[in-house]
Amino acid sequence: MAARIERDWARFRDIVRGKIRQNLRQFIANRQIIGRQGRTVVTIPIPQIELPHFTYRWDKVGGVGQGEGEEGDLLWTEGNGEGARTGPGFGPGWHTIEVEVTLEEMVDLLGEELELPSLKPKSAGTLEAVYYRYRSIRRVGPECLRHMRRTYREALKRQLISGTYDYQDPKVTPVRRDFRYRAPVPTSLPESKAALFFILDVSGSMGDRQKELVRTTAFWIDQWIRKQYKGVEHRYIVHDAVAREVRPEFFYRIKESGGTKISSAYALCDRIITADYGSDDWNLFAFHFTDGDNWEEDDRIALEILEQRLVPQLNLFGYGQVQSPWGTGRFIRQLRDAVKDRTNVRTTHIVSEDDILDAIKDLLGKREDGKPDEVDLR
Amino acid sequence: MMTPVRLSQIQREIERVALEFGLDFDRVYFEIVTYKKMNELAAYEGFPVRYPHWRFGMNYESARRTHAYGLETIYEMVINNDPCYAYILSSNSLVETKMVIAHVCAHCDFFKNNQWVAVVKGKILDEMANHAIRIERMMDQFGPETVESFLDTVLSIKDLIDYHSLYIRRTREDGEDASDLQFVQVPRIPSKPYLDRWVNPPEFLEEIKELRQKKKGKARSFPPRPERDVLQFLIENAPLDDWQREVVSIVREEAYYFAPLQATKILNEGWATFWHREILTKRVLDDSEIIDYADRHSAVTSSGAGFLNPYRLGLALLEDIKQRWDKGRFGKEYESCTDLALKERWDTGLGKGIEKLFEVRAIYNDVTFIDAFLTEEFARKQKLFTFRLNQMTGTYEIESRDWQKIKEKLVFLLTNNGHPIISITDGNYKNRSELYLWHQHEGVDLRWDYAIETLKRIHSLWHRPVHLETVKEGKRIRVTVWSEDRVQEEIL
Repeated sequence: MAARIERDWARFRDIVRGKIRQNLRQFIANRQIIGRQGRTVVTIPIPQIELPHFTYRWDKVGGVGQGEGEEGDLLWTEGNGEGARTGPGFGPGWHTIEVEVTLEEMVDLLGEELELPSLKPKSAGTLEAVYYRYRSIRRVGPECLRHMRRTYREALKRQLISGTYDYQDPKVTPVRRDFRYRAPVPTSLPESKAALFFILDVSGSMGDRQKELVRTTAFWIDQWIRKQYKGVEHRYIVHDAVAREVRPEFFYRIKESGGTKISSAYALCDRIITADYGSDDWNLFAFHFTDGDNWEEDDRIALEILEQRLVPQLNLFGYGQVQSPWGTGRFIRQLRDAVKDRTNVRTTHIVSEDDILDAIKDLLGKREDGKPDEVDLR
Repeated sequence: MMTPVRLSQIQREIERVALEFGLDFDRVYFEIVTYKKMNELAAYEGFPVRYPHWRFGMNYESARRTHAYGLETIYEMVINNDPCYAYILSSNSLVETKMVIAHVCAHCDFFKNNQWVAVVKGKILDEMANHAIRIERMMDQFGPETVESFLDTVLSIKDLIDYHSLYIRRTREDGEDASDLQFVQVPRIPSKPYLDRWVNPPEFLEEIKELRQKKKGKARSFPPRPERDVLQFLIENAPLDDWQREVVSIVREEAYYFAPLQATKILNEGWATFWHREILTKRVLDDSEIIDYADRHSAVTSSGAGFLNPYRLGLALLEDIKQRWDKGRFGKEYESCTDLALKERWDTGLGKGIEKLFEVRAIYNDVTFIDAFLTEEFARKQKLFTFRLNQMTGTYEIESRDWQKIKEKLVFLLTNNGHPIISITDGNYKNRSELYLWHQHEGVDLRWDYAIETLKRIHSLWHRPVHLETVKEGKRIRVTVWSEDRVQEEIL
């Protein structure tokens, strides 16, 4: 029977996944999911998947209730999910069900929907990570690791050899020396490491709305990269006219006035890479979000650092320009001109929540100009 | 956790008490299940085996979650099978187990003796399992997606059955056919064979025959009277494959099993709650258990935040009936008494309460139960009200405390198990084999998007245009699905 319900349940979850995929744009932009960072399960309210049938307009029907109150008193607001529990026949059933989806599943769906290519490690095998797998057997160990079958087998063997096994009354009693325990064996696996740089323009022209867009976009990019590499290191750089590295909790909160010198951030990023991620084993990703309103005389310097220093070292450089009511948003054009031959630089333009999905696709997806870098982004 | 031996001891004791109280039930088989299995059973609407369908998975998801959040526990479940099967949650305490057993005994008594439910008797458990096997075989043969999507289509109209056909015979005038035949046969004028061609010219006979046939075609509509059992009509007349016909009939059979149970839910639950209380508090429980029992019982009959609980309503109404018939508070004399103080003290010492309850249990369903016994005093005492959605503010508000309105609304919600009444009035509309459906409008419009979608699904079964006549926003309207993507609305 377990198999039966499991099958129907799996089918239902498939249908739910389909629904989520259909409305991915909306769910991706849902800030609640991001608010629950750290949790592995996200709860997504979806309208109950209901087969259409002939029914009344329940908002016109009303119902019968019980309790205190005067005529005209407020009972509850529409959409309050509790009504569904009184069962049919007593009033309108509100049908919203919440479905639990793991964040990993969401990221998978995102990857499937956007056809994001997997990121290929730069060089596999130089770093080794050691894992412990319980693949061996020992004579001592904690009881929680006791291997019942082996223990039993040992006891049986002993009794057969010593002739105490009675076929008429087949009792097998393990004694101390029969006990066997699972034991860990170290296994080493090649591992690829990754570091992820988020660079954010915090100059006065980047408002809360812009930052919220960045935050959502960055969240999903982060999730996608985490999925590909074990143990991703994060570095956060903010800049206005000068750049600083900050702790993640301050990243979206810092607000500065003043002008913008993108070169400062690129230079800092370069310095960090040289200092901490110099070896070839690191897969490096950098994503820069700004409104593109740079000091004009700085453009050349910024692009030079980017081209000469950053791009050659990075697996991928993503540039997301967020529309802001101020400023010209000029930098994206300069950048596109400057790096048009580079296959590992991606740019995108974000205006509203609806663009987030496309932005993720632009930054991480297959190249649309058909340049052959589908898997290996290097 | 209860050992089976202990459980059967308790069961025997409670059954003995229940029988002494006059309940009448056959052997009940109890099974102790874990909460996980209980959730599975709940998802399958009480049955261990159902055909594969995702909606059971959806039920399971919500059962799991309500359990995980501790919102609701399903203490028991009972199947109206022959014999009765009941499931008990393994984590139930002793008192809960006793309560559940008493409750289940009363349910089984109801299944056996209520005239509305007693008609669905038999090996339902096996039938459901057989349905599962048949559907699974179809899936093997035609592919799971094909069968599933067809099931989805049919499940959309699973409520379109004739809820009363279980109890009455809708007579078809069988004599009609013979007389029709005579009518079509044109009488001949007797003549010699060599003159026959001129006395009864064949062309003329043919012409008359055709005319009469045409007339007959007009006179006899198809179906002869509005058909509520749309599923049966489709089984008989829709151009379906054999396996599709089988799916429709499986869905239909199951709908007919569940319909009477839905139609007696308030009475049935009220009855079971009434008896578990009688049995436990009067005979079975000892002093140390009474507080625990009261706690459980009040949870079962609570009505949180203005919602109406069928257990509570049924129980209260039965109690009210018992009191009224114990004290003779009914009939013309009582009704016409205007002295409230006198009414309050009214007691003729009739003492027929329990007798009346057994009568109610035997012959009433929810609609008639509410209609016959919900009185003004009851509505006031129970603080019932009707509520409605205030379109301006988007909030639900108390609409009225008028008992007539309360009764009206309750009866409306329960009539036809809360489904709109829709029947087929013509299966050969305009002689173009189009299907004509008619919604008997009772003051509330249909939910329009769902109605259109459902009509499209009927169209996919019927393969010819489907019409629905209803009322929308005060206007009589006919909506027609001409083809999958062509829907037309027409004000009549």
